[in-house]
Amino acid sequence: MSKTNLTRRGLLRSGAVAGAGVALPTIFTGSSVAAFTNEPTGSTVTLGFNVPQTGPYADEGADELRAYELAVEHLNGGGDGGMMNTFSSKALNGSGILGKKVQYVTGDTQTKSDAARASAKSMIEKDGAVMITGGSSSGVAVAVQALCQEAGVIFMAGLTHSNDTTGKDKRANGFRHFFNSYMSGAALAPILAKNYGTDRKAYHLTADYNWGYTTEEAIRNSTEAMGWETVAAVKTPLTQTDFSSYIAPVLQSGADVLVLNHYGGNMVNSLTNAVQFGLREKVVNGKNFEIVVPLYSRLMAKGAGANVKGIYGSTNWHWSLQDEGTKAFVKSFGTKYGFPPSQAAHTCYAQALLYADAVQRAGSFNPCAVAEALEGFEFDGMGNGKTLYRAEDHQCFKDVLVVRGKENPTSEFDLLEIVEITPVEQVTYDASIFGGQLGTCNPGA
Amino acid sequence: MDAIILQILNGLDKGSAYALIALGLTLIFGTLGVVNFAHGALFMIGAFCAVTLSRILTLSHVVVDSTKTDFLGRPLEVQVPYVYDIFGEATGAAIIDWAVPLSILFAIPVMLMVGVAMERGLIKYFYKRPHADQILVTFGLAIVLQEIIKYFYGANPIPTPAPSAFTGSFDFGAILGFDPNTIIYPYWRLVYFAFAAVIIGAVFAFLQFTTFGMVVRAGMADRETVGLLGINIDRRFTIMFGLAAAVAGLAGVMYTPINSPNYHMGMDFLVLSFVVVVVGGMGSLPGAVLAGFLLGILESFASMREVIDLIPGINQVIIYLVAIVILLTRPRGLLGRKGVMED
Repeated sequence: MSKTNLTRRGLLRSGAVAGAGVALPTIFTGSSVAAFTNEPTGSTVTLGFNVPQTGPYADEGADELRAYELAVEHLNGGGDGGMMNTFSSKALNGSGILGKKVQYVTGDTQTKSDAARASAKSMIEKDGAVMITGGSSSGVAVAVQALCQEAGVIFMAGLTHSNDTTGKDKRANGFRHFFNSYMSGAALAPILAKNYGTDRKAYHLTADYNWGYTTEEAIRNSTEAMGWETVAAVKTPLTQTDFSSYIAPVLQSGADVLVLNHYGGNMVNSLTNAVQFGLREKVVNGKNFEIVVPLYSRLMAKGAGANVKGIYGSTNWHWSLQDEGTKAFVKSFGTKYGFPPSQAAHTCYAQALLYADAVQRAGSFNPCAVAEALEGFEFDGMGNGKTLYRAEDHQCFKDVLVVRGKENPTSEFDLLEIVEITPVEQVTYDASIFGGQLGTCNPGA
Repeated sequence: MDAIILQILNGLDKGSAYALIALGLTLIFGTLGVVNFAHGALFMIGAFCAVTLSRILTLSHVVVDSTKTDFLGRPLEVQVPYVYDIFGEATGAAIIDWAVPLSILFAIPVMLMVGVAMERGLIKYFYKRPHADQILVTFGLAIVLQEIIKYFYGANPIPTPAPSAFTGSFDFGAILGFDPNTIIYPYWRLVYFAFAAVIIGAVFAFLQFTTFGMVVRAGMADRETVGLLGINIDRRFTIMFGLAAAVAGLAGVMYTPINSPNYHMGMDFLVLSFVVVVVGGMGSLPGAVLAGFLLGILESFASMREVIDLIPGINQVIIYLVAIVILLTRPRGLLGRKGVMED
């Protein structure tokens, strides 16, 4: 007669252990019934919008969130459809993504890497977000991208301009629509040479962190190739608010151009200080003194007020473009919120749609299938003309805008004017020049 | 030589701001014995008084200009300030142009009220508590105040330009016999320095030459005895808190054209101002002013390219290094008195 060890207590214990194992979020388990992290099983799918809601970039984050809310509305068939109508891929039909209604959760990056990782982690583990997107800083983008790679979800970067995001820190699960420092340099240099000549002496003030370094390097390389000389490059602390002691010695150095590799509050303050010092009225080496701001943002131009007038820079997108995609997006956004979208809002809206479209085309939310659908994907109608999501580094390649602070703005949004649309060929580079490895896609689970 | 003169000039306006904030901090510490970490927030509120007044002055009504279109292709709605209607366009534009100096008149009563409300509403309950409690509550208050400002004004800096008469810079080099453009200094920063000098002088004169000031000084020296003489020293100290708030607020108002104000500008100044107070000597008003200018100028020198090349990173730590050296050699600070915060 066989003897079984089955007891009531033993059954309860093993039942509890098995139950707990099943109940564990898939992110903690090596293998489970789900094929990938946070596979949506119900009638909805959750996206995670990780934007700065507090801290110095809160206004930019608020604009990103507005764009995401608009994208969700359009994906679910609401509103006028925005850029879905002009997007060259017609996979999206307003019935959500793969028939699942799109829901979203939000996190606050605070523009701090650790806070951004914590909020992304929470959205993945607690809220079941299948994709994370947003942000307004390269430091945050690199940190969250690495987290998403480990967790097995797709990361669609928001506003991040450092070469590293799709350079040395690129990841197979991460994708960037925004342009980068290299492209700014390549687009700006010819315009600077054309307007200011090839015999110039440049003085760089550079924010002392990752993005500052890559931007300075990009602008130096491309302007020096045009014949400019770099007289000095001084690093300024990120926390600096008064730049007078950095700006005062500029004229003494014999420089006739000041390049401000600053973003956000740094840019607003350094530009304001430089204009206060009357640099732009000076004549040095027989030429008018000029100031250049490599990365422009309308929200920052607003902060700097009249000081931006006539100053050159580059931008990813501007609401005054006249292509059909831009017009559709500006109309949608402007009607809903009462003002035109910023470039941060544009890139975030585009990223949300690009992700949804990739899922739809792949027929799966599996990050590896989505990544495959995005790699080498060519599209149009999203506001930047023909665009390629390059497979080698997950960087979008599209035309870059060179802009100038407008002399006679008609409203508080009308601060920049487009000087030139630099064709994509001029800003394309070899994927290997910044190093780094994509690695393999991680579906998690 | 020209570089040295330039950095001394540069340090003066930064030093002016440090000195004004540190002066208020010392006044509060000397009179009420409170370590007020919300003092930076008062500087910030002052700056936002200027923002508020310029917003009031630019309150507008809409006139539709059918010859132009907005970003959605609708007829352009042009904002016309009410002051144009009241005073005519030329005078109206001049009033808006002079919004920052006019804000001084607006900020004085506002800051006095904010200061008195802060003291009566919260800080007076912490007089007998340890300094650590005072620091925690005032720091918390600073965070609350800056979040309130952010709620109403947003997180982005708000441009608040100086009157157009003060744009551009003054060529000191030309006067001193150097090449043109070697020593230039913005007009508004000169105004700021002169303004700070006037305020500092006025505060000292008020304390030195008025009966009220004499009583306050007596109270700072021995609060109990002054109270025993039948003088309501608490009420005077409350007024001093209001005065210190007004000094910080005015420093903020005049600072707005130098850097566009944002909600955390107070925090940027706060820590440095505390270092200034400690270096100057806790409770010493002349010490606060002296240390303010000294550290402002040293900070400017440390940001020179030649200095950074020699000692990388010195620009970020110079103030703290100097503070350490001074506190090691003169533990009570430059002009500190015996017995302050030593019980």
